[in-house]
Formats: sequence, structure tokens, C-alpha cells
Amino acid sequence: MEALQITWFLLVGILVIGYAILDGFDLGVGFWHLFAKKKGERSAFIESIEPFWDGNEVWLLTGGGALFAAFPPVYASVFSGFYLAMMLVLLGLIFRAVAIEFRNKVDSPGWRKAWDFAFAFGSILPSVLYGVAIGNILRGLELSPLGDYTGGFFALLNPFALNCGLVGLSMFALHGALYLSMKLDGAIAAEARKWAAKTWYVFLLLFMLAVGYGIKNCIYGIKAIPMVLVILALVSNSAVFMFNKKGAAKAAFLSSCFTIALVMLAVAGALFPSMVPCTNNPEWSLTVFNSSSSQLTLISMLVIALIGMPIVLGYTWFIHHVFKGKVKVKDD
Amino acid sequence: MDAVLLARIQFALTIGFHYIFPPLTIGLGWMIFMYNTRYQEGDNPVFRQLAQFWTKVFAITFVIGVATGITMEFQFGTNWANYSRFVGDIFGAPLAAEGVFAFFLESSFLGILLYGRKKVSQKMYWFSSLMVAAGATMSAFWIVVANSWQQTPAGFELVTETINGIEVQKAVLTNFWEAVFNPSTLPRYSHVITGALTVGVFFILGTSAWQVLKDRNTEFFRLSMRTAVVPCFAVIMLTMIVGHKHGHQVAETQPAKLAAFEGIWETQTHAPLMLFGLPDQEGEKNHFAIQVPGMVSLMVGGKFDTEIQGLKDFAPEDRPPVAISFWSFHLMFYMGMWMAFIAFVGVIFWINKKLLDHRLYLRLAALTVPIPFLANEVGWIAAEVGRQPWVVYNMLRTEKAVSVSVPAGQILASIIMFSLIYSLLFGLWIYLLRRQFHKGPDALETFQTEVN
Repeated sequence: MEALQITWFLLVGILVIGYAILDGFDLGVGFWHLFAKKKGERSAFIESIEPFWDGNEVWLLTGGGALFAAFPPVYASVFSGFYLAMMLVLLGLIFRAVAIEFRNKVDSPGWRKAWDFAFAFGSILPSVLYGVAIGNILRGLELSPLGDYTGGFFALLNPFALNCGLVGLSMFALHGALYLSMKLDGAIAAEARKWAAKTWYVFLLLFMLAVGYGIKNCIYGIKAIPMVLVILALVSNSAVFMFNKKGAAKAAFLSSCFTIALVMLAVAGALFPSMVPCTNNPEWSLTVFNSSSSQLTLISMLVIALIGMPIVLGYTWFIHHVFKGKVKVKDD
Repeated sequence: MDAVLLARIQFALTIGFHYIFPPLTIGLGWMIFMYNTRYQEGDNPVFRQLAQFWTKVFAITFVIGVATGITMEFQFGTNWANYSRFVGDIFGAPLAAEGVFAFFLESSFLGILLYGRKKVSQKMYWFSSLMVAAGATMSAFWIVVANSWQQTPAGFELVTETINGIEVQKAVLTNFWEAVFNPSTLPRYSHVITGALTVGVFFILGTSAWQVLKDRNTEFFRLSMRTAVVPCFAVIMLTMIVGHKHGHQVAETQPAKLAAFEGIWETQTHAPLMLFGLPDQEGEKNHFAIQVPGMVSLMVGGKFDTEIQGLKDFAPEDRPPVAISFWSFHLMFYMGMWMAFIAFVGVIFWINKKLLDHRLYLRLAALTVPIPFLANEVGWIAAEVGRQPWVVYNMLRTEKAVSVSVPAGQILASIIMFSLIYSLLFGLWIYLLRRQFHKGPDALETFQTEVN
């Protein structure tokens, strides 16, 4: 049973990592959207993610479903505890989805401008909020004996969590800039490369701040920050810098995928076996072992995952293969 | 205001709005697949033109379905934390399965359908349109599994656990397949899918009729309308047949719900079918009832002396809100009848090659466009309100299922937010659809060159 519970902790983790890597790049593209000023550039941004964004977002839905199925009390406590933040995430995701599809439906500058703004806003808001949520979980939450959050809304806006929010935003912004420099052509690709170079420092600084603060202060449910993973993330992040400098866009983007995975693994490692550390009474923490579904459910779900996920990876690869090649900036 | 009531209003609002779009994409998805298949077989460019036009309508609708669907996956946790804890062992798996088996399929191949026409072979394009329709249909399956389990729970046991000194109950899975294929899964799924198909086919029939009336791209929309007549007839007939079967299952597994649907208070044989009436929950009777004697008994059991359980057999606090259940169920039924009438007349005209000659018929067909949407909505309201006061039938009461950590004010704020966003989305949807219809399809020549 314990092996099964740990397996599911890892599988939920993989879904979250998959989401962060895949939707991370299109959220990041959204961050840079308003920075593109020349004619046709914004359309090219949209075109570069158009066939993929929806599939990318399915990782979030599946991750949410898997968390619900494998660790129901964690799903219940976290989603209800972060109520307002979740509603704002929804606000962002709804607007960006519609913006991507509707922006090019009407040929008028005002229409486009409105959707450009909606797309950028709808990308930035969730990027920050995901980080804030993870920061708060790392920090631990005030819980009732049954796991209901009792801390109130403003307790969620603490400096550490806000710092993590900016880590999230800068991580996705970097990832998105690298994607653009890989996927676009010409002047705008060079520009995106410069954006990446600058954002790289911001991300590094914010990440180190979060790690430093985490080592000193986040002790409630966290036994130790897995420094090996942090160091590996930093190594991989250095590779991002080097490849980007050399202009090896694909290698830089891939390294960024690894960095994101390692950062998320470090978060998972710092928490394990806790999933929601409780600050007011450590015994009330929700852990991998006290919050999982029954053995039969975990096994049934494992079968579903083993059948389904290879197929999913298959056609995720296929669709990227179909739409391979660079997107050209055309006049609108 | 009461947090439970607010949470229920929010759930009704977000699901009710979401449920406008997936039925249409399921129906359109299969029609588009049919057009692509006909094209594949005969290289007739007209079918390419049909597929292309309706794929554009599909895309506008699909994105709103996706955008509003994300809310669904989150809100069990945000608004119904105690429900999530109670049912998580069973309810989460179908939601995850929906993601793994259906959403990925649908969204990946939709990318090809919308943006990949020139990047894949004709055969691959055809296959993608099949996968999109199949993905949408499978997605409905897993959602119906989850919902049906709430209605007729099976394959589980109730377990009392002690968490940090407090006793709580939860449902624990004992048999996966029994939970998936619980007594109402298949009857409900077949009714939901056929109901969804009616939305798509009547949408094509009615909007095309409207364009013919307005004389916009008449040739194209005449053809479009002709392709929808037989599907309309077939689909509405199927919907009624499986709906009837679904009714049998409700009578068997959720008798209080059936009694509320039919406004039956006393347990009786020869139970009448009330065509019109105002059920009175307090007074435990109906006002202004117009009844057909014995019909409910006949429909449920095949003979007049079938005994039907009445609402008075259930404690007042265990009865669903009768007026809402009765009227939503009856409206669904009447709208189904209306659709059958329109489809039947359409088929007769079509056989006589007079489908497009009667302007009155074109007008009626156009006015029918909202009917299947409404029928799906009220059908869903009947199913869910009829389940009350239980969120899991006879196991967990709705008022015990909410998130205790969420203040009423926050729920109210989110209701206001969703109302505003959804009004905007609905306006946009109508606006973009109108534009698409005014623009019409691309010229036939573009597709002819493609064939050559």
C-alpha cells in the first residue's frame, strides 16, 4: 500500500510537471505578448501556440482529476482553502482560452487590442497564483482537525508566498521567451532571445531568495529542502543561459524544461511525505499516507494511467511533429 | 445569504451555462465527421465545403465549452469540499479518466482539424475529425459515470473513519466495474448522448433554414438543410426510445424522483399521467390537474395495475422539490414531442422533394433551434433536482456536502464574477456565430481546385 501511495504521489507530480512544462511555455508567451509591438508579431505569437494550448491545459484538468481521485482530502482542502485564488485562476484561464481563439475572428484593431490584453492578463494572473499557492503549501496552512483551512484570505498573501508567485511568473516568462526564440523567425526571434537572457537573472535571483527563505523559515511540515535537486536545477538553469547565449534555441528550451521539472521535484521532495503541512498542529498535516484513496481505487487508477498515458504521450508527440517548423511573421 | 444555497446557485449557474456548448459540439462533431466521410468516399467538393463551414461553427462553440469546462473540474473541491472527501475514492477516477481518455484525444486532434488541413494527408484529416467526435462522446461517458454514481451509487461500502478524534463517513470503492456501470449509467448515457445529438442536428437544420429564408448563400444552405433532415428524425426517435428506457430505470431505482416527475402523491395502481398541473409541496396535492387515467402505470410497468409509489411514502424532508421536478421533466417531454413533429414533417417534405417549398416550415425549423438546447437544460435540471435533498442518493445530504472553510461572501463574489463573464461569453458567441453565418462558406471553387 505504501509503495502504491508513493507511486501516486509521483504520478500526480508528473502530471503537474507536465502541465508546468507544457502550459508553462504558452503562459510565458502570454507574458511577452504585449511586448511585441511590430505588425504581425502578436499574430505570430498566437499562431505559435494555437494548435497546442488546449492539449497543454488538459494536463491541468487531468492533474486535478488525479489529485481528486488519489488524494481526495488534499484536493478538498487545497481547492476550498485557496477559494478566491482558484476563482481568479479560472478568470484568467477562461479569458486567455477565448482570447487565443477569438482574436483573429474579427478584423478590427480595437477587437484585437482587447483580446491581446485579455490574453496577457489571463496568462500572467495564473502564472503568479500557481506560485503563490505552492509557496503557501510549502509554508504550511492553518487547518481544522478535518483539514479545512482556517487561516483566512489575507494570511495567504505573505512575503514568502508572494516571492514564490514571482518565481512562477519569471520561470514561465523565461520558458516562454525561449519557446518564442525557438519557434519564430527573424528579428522577433532575436528579440525573444534577449528577453530570455534578461529574465534569466530575474528568475535566478527570485529562486535563490525563495530557497534561502525556505531553508531558514519553512520548517513546519518540511523536513529538509532536497539540496541535490536544487543544485541540479541550478546546473540545468546554467545550461539554459549558455545555450541561449550561443543561440542554440532548441537546447536552451529543453534545458528549461529540465529546470522546471527539477524545481517542481524539489518542491515535492521538500514536502514529502506531507502534502499539506499543518502549522497549528503538525499531527493534522495531510500526508501521502493518511490522505490517499483506498488500495482498490489507486490500483484501478494505475491501470487507467498505464493504458492511457502512453497513448497521450504518443499523440502529444505526433501533434508537435505535425506542426514542427518555424512560424513566420506575416503582415496582419 | 446561506452559503449552501449560494454554493448550489453557483453550481447550477456554471454547469447550466457550460452545458449549452458540449451537446452542440458532440452533435456537430458527428455531422462534420459524416461530411468528411462523404467527401472521402466521393471527392465531391460540396462535402468539403460543408465540413469546412460547420467546423468553423464548431470551433467558436468548442472554445467556450473548454473555457467554461475548467470550472467544472475545480469546483467540487472549491465549493463542495465535504462532498469531495466523501466520494473522492470513487468520484475522482472517472474525472481523471475523462482527462486521460477523452480530453487529450479531442484537443490534440482538434488542433489538426482547425489548423492542420494542409499539413496532413486527406486520410489523416478524416481520421482527426473522427477522433474529435469520438473524444467528445467519450468525455460525456466519464462525466455521466460520475453523475450516475451520485444518483444510483453502487460498487462501494460506507466506512466510518476517525480523523483526529472526529468520526466521519465516506464511501469506499469495493468494485470498480460495478461503480462505473451502476444501474443508471447506461440508460442515462444513451439518453444524454442522443439528447446532445439532437442539439447538433436541429442546429444545422434550423440555422440553415434561417439562411435560406434570408436568401444568404441559398444554394449552400439548402444542401446543408437537406443533409440534416434524416439525422434529425433518426436522432429524436432514438432519444425518445432511450428516454423511455431511462424512465423505467428511474422508476425502479429512484421512486421518489419518478413520483416528483409525475406529480404523484398517493401510492396507487392505475396512476394517471398529469399533462398539466401545479404541484403543491405543502398541501401535498396538485391544482388544476389535467390527467390521462392510468398512463403512468402503463408506461412504467406495461399494464394499468402497476403500482406506482407516491410522494407521501417518503418523509417530507426526503422529498425533492416537486414543482421544479415536475415542470422541468414535462417541459423536456413536450419539447421532445415538438422536435419529433418538426423532424417528421421534414422527412415527409423531403421524400416529396418539397422540403424547401414551404416558407412556414422553414420558419418553424428556424424557431426550433433553441428547443433542443432548452430540452437538454431542463432534462438535466429534472435529473438533478429530482435527486434532492440528496447529493449522493440516500447517502449524503446536499447541505452536508459544502466547503465549510469558504465564507458566503466569497461565493457571492464568484457568482457575480461568473455571471458577468458568462454574459459576455454568451454575447460573443452569438455575435461570432452571426458573423460566420453572414460570411457563409468559402466559395466552392476553392475546394474544386483542391480535388484537382
